[in-house]
Amino acid sequence: MVTKLIILLVIVLGVIAAAQLMRVHELSSKLGEQKEHEISNRDNRWNASMMLVFMIVLFGGFIWLMLTYGWVGRGEAASVHGHELDWLLNLNFVIIIAVFFLTNFLLFWFAYKYVKKPGVPAFYYPHNNKLEMVWTVIPAVVLAVIIIFGLKSWNSVTSESGKEAVNIEVFGYQFAWQARYAGADNQLGKFDYKLTQDEKNPLAVMTGESIQLAIDSMEMGLGGIAWLEDKLNDRDIMLTPDERAAYDKDLNAKEKLIRLLYQMRQSHDAKLDKYAADDFFADTLVLCVDQEYEFSFRSKDVIHSAYFPHFRSQMNVVPGMTTRLKFTPDKTTVEMRKSRGVDDFEYVLLCNKICGGSHYKMKMMVKVLEKTEYDVWFKSKSEGVLSAGATMKDPAWDIEPATFDYKFHKTAAEPVEAVEGEELDGDEELVEGQEQEEADPTDGNEQAEGHDAPAV
Amino acid sequence: MAAVAIDGHGHDDHGHHEESFVSKYIFSQDHKMIGKQFLMTAVFMGVVAMILSILFRVQLAWPGESSDFLSFFLGEQWAPGGVLSEDMYLGLVTIHGTIMVFFLLTGGLSGTFSNLLIPLQVGARDMASGFLNMLSYWFFFISAMIMFGSLFVETGPAMAGWTIYPPLSALPQAISGSGLGMTLWLFSMAIFIASSLLGSLNYIVTILNLRTSGMSMTRLPLTIWAFFITAILGVLSFPVLLSAALLLLMDRMAGTSFFLSDIIIQGEMLTNHGGSPLLYQHLFWFLGHPEVYIVLLPALGLSSEIISTNSRKPIFGYRAMIGSMLAIGFLSFIVWAHHMFVTGMNPFLGSVFVFTTLLIAIPSAVKAFNYITTLWKGSIVFAPAMLFAIGLVSTFITGGVTGIILADAALDITTHDTYFVVAHFHVVMGLSAVFGMYAGVYHWFPKMFGKVMNSKLGYAHFWITIVGAYGVFFPMHFVGLAGAPRRYYDYSVYSEFDKESLAMQMDLNVIITVFAIMAALGQFIFLFNFFYSIFRGPKAPQNPWKSNTLEWTTPVEHVHGNWPGELPTVHRWPYDYSKPGAEEDFIPQNVPLVEGEEEH
Ligand code: HEM
Ligand SMILES: [Cu+2]
Ligand SMILES: [Cu+2]
Repeated sequence: MVTKLIILLVIVLGVIAAAQLMRVHELSSKLGEQKEHEISNRDNRWNASMMLVFMIVLFGGFIWLMLTYGWVGRGEAASVHGHELDWLLNLNFVIIIAVFFLTNFLLFWFAYKYVKKPGVPAFYYPHNNKLEMVWTVIPAVVLAVIIIFGLKSWNSVTSESGKEAVNIEVFGYQFAWQARYAGADNQLGKFDYKLTQDEKNPLAVMTGESIQLAIDSMEMGLGGIAWLEDKLNDRDIMLTPDERAAYDKDLNAKEKLIRLLYQMRQSHDAKLDKYAADDFFADTLVLCVDQEYEFSFRSKDVIHSAYFPHFRSQMNVVPGMTTRLKFTPDKTTVEMRKSRGVDDFEYVLLCNKICGGSHYKMKMMVKVLEKTEYDVWFKSKSEGVLSAGATMKDPAWDIEPATFDYKFHKTAAEPVEAVEGEELDGDEELVEGQEQEEADPTDGNEQAEGHDAPAV
Repeated sequence: MAAVAIDGHGHDDHGHHEESFVSKYIFSQDHKMIGKQFLMTAVFMGVVAMILSILFRVQLAWPGESSDFLSFFLGEQWAPGGVLSEDMYLGLVTIHGTIMVFFLLTGGLSGTFSNLLIPLQVGARDMASGFLNMLSYWFFFISAMIMFGSLFVETGPAMAGWTIYPPLSALPQAISGSGLGMTLWLFSMAIFIASSLLGSLNYIVTILNLRTSGMSMTRLPLTIWAFFITAILGVLSFPVLLSAALLLLMDRMAGTSFFLSDIIIQGEMLTNHGGSPLLYQHLFWFLGHPEVYIVLLPALGLSSEIISTNSRKPIFGYRAMIGSMLAIGFLSFIVWAHHMFVTGMNPFLGSVFVFTTLLIAIPSAVKAFNYITTLWKGSIVFAPAMLFAIGLVSTFITGGVTGIILADAALDITTHDTYFVVAHFHVVMGLSAVFGMYAGVYHWFPKMFGKVMNSKLGYAHFWITIVGAYGVFFPMHFVGLAGAPRRYYDYSVYSEFDKESLAMQMDLNVIITVFAIMAALGQFIFLFNFFYSIFRGPKAPQNPWKSNTLEWTTPVEHVHGNWPGELPTVHRWPYDYSKPGAEEDFIPQNVPLVEGEEEH
C-alpha cells in the first residue's frame, strides 16, 4: 500500500519535473537577454521556498519512518546486557536526533530567509571567536557524556564471564554453523584444524584417537600420501603436466602436514582427552534462560561473523584464531513469542560477514528454554554422546574405541582390505583397493567424504 | 613567505606554439586538460557504478523476480532467466563500492579539482611537474580500465566487498570472483595507488613552492587547504594499502601466509599457518579511514568556496576552518580500528579508538556550524552550485550524527555490518562528496570549458537528486536498525524466524529501490546538461560568479601558462565579499588594499 503510494508520488514528481523542464526551455528561449550565469530573482525565490518545502518533507518523512518502523526494529532485547545497550542506543538517538533537527533546521531556514533581496547587502562577518568557542565546547561536553556511558557499557559487555558461565563453541564454515557443548565437565576439548575429518571429526577435536585417525587418513586414505605417490609413480597412468603438478603440490602439502601431525601425536597429553570425551554437538543452539554463556568461535575457512540480533551480540569468527563473547539470555523463546504476539518467532544466529555466495543463507536457529526443559535436553545429549552407538541426528563425536573404524577410505559398496599398520611398499592389496577408486577425485565426492579430496 | 613565482616553463610566447592533437588532448601536460581528463574518466566510471547499484537494488526490492533489465546487462551467465546470480550480486556490490570510492570520489573528485584549481588558485603557471602529472592521469586511466574490464572476466569480478578481506579474497576456491577478478582488482589498485601518489606529491610541491607573490599560506583559499591536507593524507596512507595489496598478492600467488592460518577450504587442507586476517584489516583501514577524508575534504573545500561566494559573505571562521581540517586530517590517522570493534581485536584497544573517533566529531561540528553561520545574514544567490553545496552541508550533518552511534563500540556491536552502516557512510561520505563534486562541476564549468551550464536543468537535477538521495538512504537506517545485515543477496532467511521484520524490510527495500531509480534517472539530466553545454552552452564571461580567487583573473580561453602576461600578485585573503566601504560586493585577491584598509 505504502509502496504503491510512494511509486505514485515519484511518478507525479517526475511528471511535474518534466513539465517544468518544458516550460523552462520555452522561457529561456524567449528571454534571450537573460544571461545563464545571472540567477534571476524569481529563480532565487523559487529555490528559497523549495528549501523550506524540502525541510518540511525531510522532517515529515523522518517522523513518519520513526512512527511506522520504530528505531529498534529488531524488537525488544532478549539478553541482560541487551537492555542496557538499548537504553544507551536510545540516549544516543535522542541526542543525535535533536542535533539533526536543530542544525538542519538552521541550515534550511537560513537558506530560505537570507535569499538575495535586491538592495539588501550581506552582513560582513568573518569570525567571532566567542561563538566558535561555544560550538567547540558544547559538542565536546556532549561527547564526553556519550563516551563515558559508551565505554562503561563496552567494558561490561566485553569483560570476562563469570565462573558459572556455560562454555559453548560455535564453529562456522561455508555456509553453516555447528555448536559444540562442553558437556558435563563444562570444559571444551582441544582442537587443531589438521585433525578435521568431514564425517568423523568435522570440528577437529583433539584426542589421541583423532590424531591417529588423521594420520592414518593422511597417510593411506583416498587422496592420501600413499595414494598420491602411487599415482605419481605408476607408469601405466598418463598424467597431464597440470595433473602432475597438482598432485605434486598436494603431496608436498600433505608431507608437511603429516610431519606436524607426528609432532602432535608425540606431544599429545592423553589426560586432556577426557575434556573432549563428553563434548557434544548440536545444529540448533539451545540455551537456558537466565544462564550466562561464554561462547568461543572458530572458523574453518573464511571470516564469518556470529550475529545474534535479538541478544544484541556479535563477534567475528576468524580462521586461525579463537574469538569470544558472552551473554545471558533472559527471555525464553516462548515468552518472546507471547510478548511479540507472533507464534512462529524464533531467535537466530546469522552470519554477518561476507563469506561467499550463500552468505545470506548461513544461519543457525537458537532456542531459549526454561531450566527444566533445558536440563532434560542437555542430559539426553550428553548421555547420548557417552554411550556407544548413540542415535543422534547431529553429526556427532561418535567414535568409540570398540567400533573405531580405520578403514575410512572404504565405501559401503566396495569393501577394501584393512591396511592398518601394514607396510606400504609393494602392497598389492592397497594398489588394488585404489584402482577401484580411480575415478574418485573428480566424481566420487560423496564416497570420498571424510577425506581430503586431491586438489585437481 | 617565499612565494615567488617560478616561471620555469619559459612561457613568453604563451599559447602561440602549435600543438598537435595528441599533445593537446591526449598526452597533455597542461594541468587544466589533465583535470578535464580526470573528470571525463570519472563521469564514465560513475555512470558504470550507478548502473551496477541499480542492478543489485532491483534484486533487493524484487528478489528472485525475473527482469529484462537484469538480463540485458548481465546476460544468461550472471542473470540466468533474468534473475541475478548470488555470486554476481556480491560482484556488483564490490565493484560498485570500489568504483565509487576510488575512481569517482578519489581519482575523479580530487584528481579533477586539485589539477584544475591548484595552479590557478595559487597563481602558478602549471603543476610543479607536468610530466608526472600526465603520468598520474594515465595510471589512473589504466587502472580504471582494468577495474572496468574485470567485470567481463569469465569467473566474474572481485566479490569480496570493496574491503576485500582475506581469506575470502585470498582463496580462489572460496568464491568465483577471487580468481582472476581479484587479481585484476589488486593490480588495478596498485596502479591506482601509483597514480594517486604521483598526483599527491605534485599537489604538495606545487602548493608549497609555486605560490605567487603575496599568496601566503593564510591567504590560500580553503579549497587549496583542503587539497593540500588531502594530498598529505594520501601520501601517508596509500602506501600502506599498497603494502596490504602486495602482501595479499603474495599470499595468493607465492604461497606466503601473511593473512592465512589454519584453513580448510572446499575440503582442501592448506598448510598456511601463523598469518592473521586481522593484520590485513589493520593495514586496510589504516588507509581506509583516512580515505574517507580523502574523499570528503576536497568536497568540503569546494563547498567552502562556493558557499562563501554565493552568500556574498566571507566564510565564517576562516582560521577555524583550516584548524578543523588539520585536526580532522591528523585524527583520521588514529581512528582506523573503529571499523574493527567486533573483529576479535582486544576490547581495550577498542576503547581507545572510541575515544579518538568521537574526538573527530568536534572539528566536524565546528565546520558544520561555520557553514551555517556563513549563510546567516547573507545575500544568497541560488546558482546550481550553491544548491549542491547546501545539500552537502545537510548530508554532512545527517550522516555525521549517525557516526556517533557507530563510533560507540557498545552500540556498534549491534549495528556493525548492518544497513545502518551502509546508510551512514553513503550519507556522510557518498552523498556529501558527490554533492561537493556536482557543486564543483557547476561552479567551475566556465573555467573548464568556457561555457555556462543551464541553471534550470541544474535546479531540476539538484532537487531530484536530493529527494532521491534522502529517499534512498533515510529508510536504509531503519532497515539496518531492524538488524538487516549488509551484503545479503536477499532476506529470505528472515521468513524462518521473523516474518514481521521481513515484511517491514521488503516494504522499505521497495521504497529505497524506487527512489534509487528516480535518483539515477535524475543524473541523466546532468549528463545531458553537461555534454550539451560543452558544445552548445552560452559562452561564459571571465568571472561569472563575481568571485575573488585568482582563477577568475585568467582569460576564458585557456592559455598554456594560465596568465598571458605577468603572474598576478596577491594582496588579500580570498573572502572579501560585501566588505563595508567597498564599491562592489567582491574584491579579487589581486586588488591592492586601499589606504587604511585592514585585511580582515
Ligand atoms: C544511486 C545511488 C546509490 C545506491 C542506490 C547505492 C546503494 C548501495 C547498496 C545497496 C550497497 C550495498 C550495501 C551492502 O550490501 O553492503 C552499496 C554499497 C556501497 N556503496 Fe553505494 N549506492 C549508491 C551510491 C554510492 C555512492 C555515491 C558511493 C560513494 C561513496 C557509494 C559507495 C558504496 C560503497 C563503498 C559500498 C560498499 C561496497 C561493499 O560493501 O563492498 N555508493 N551501495
Ligand atoms: Cu557469511
Ligand atoms: Cu573509519
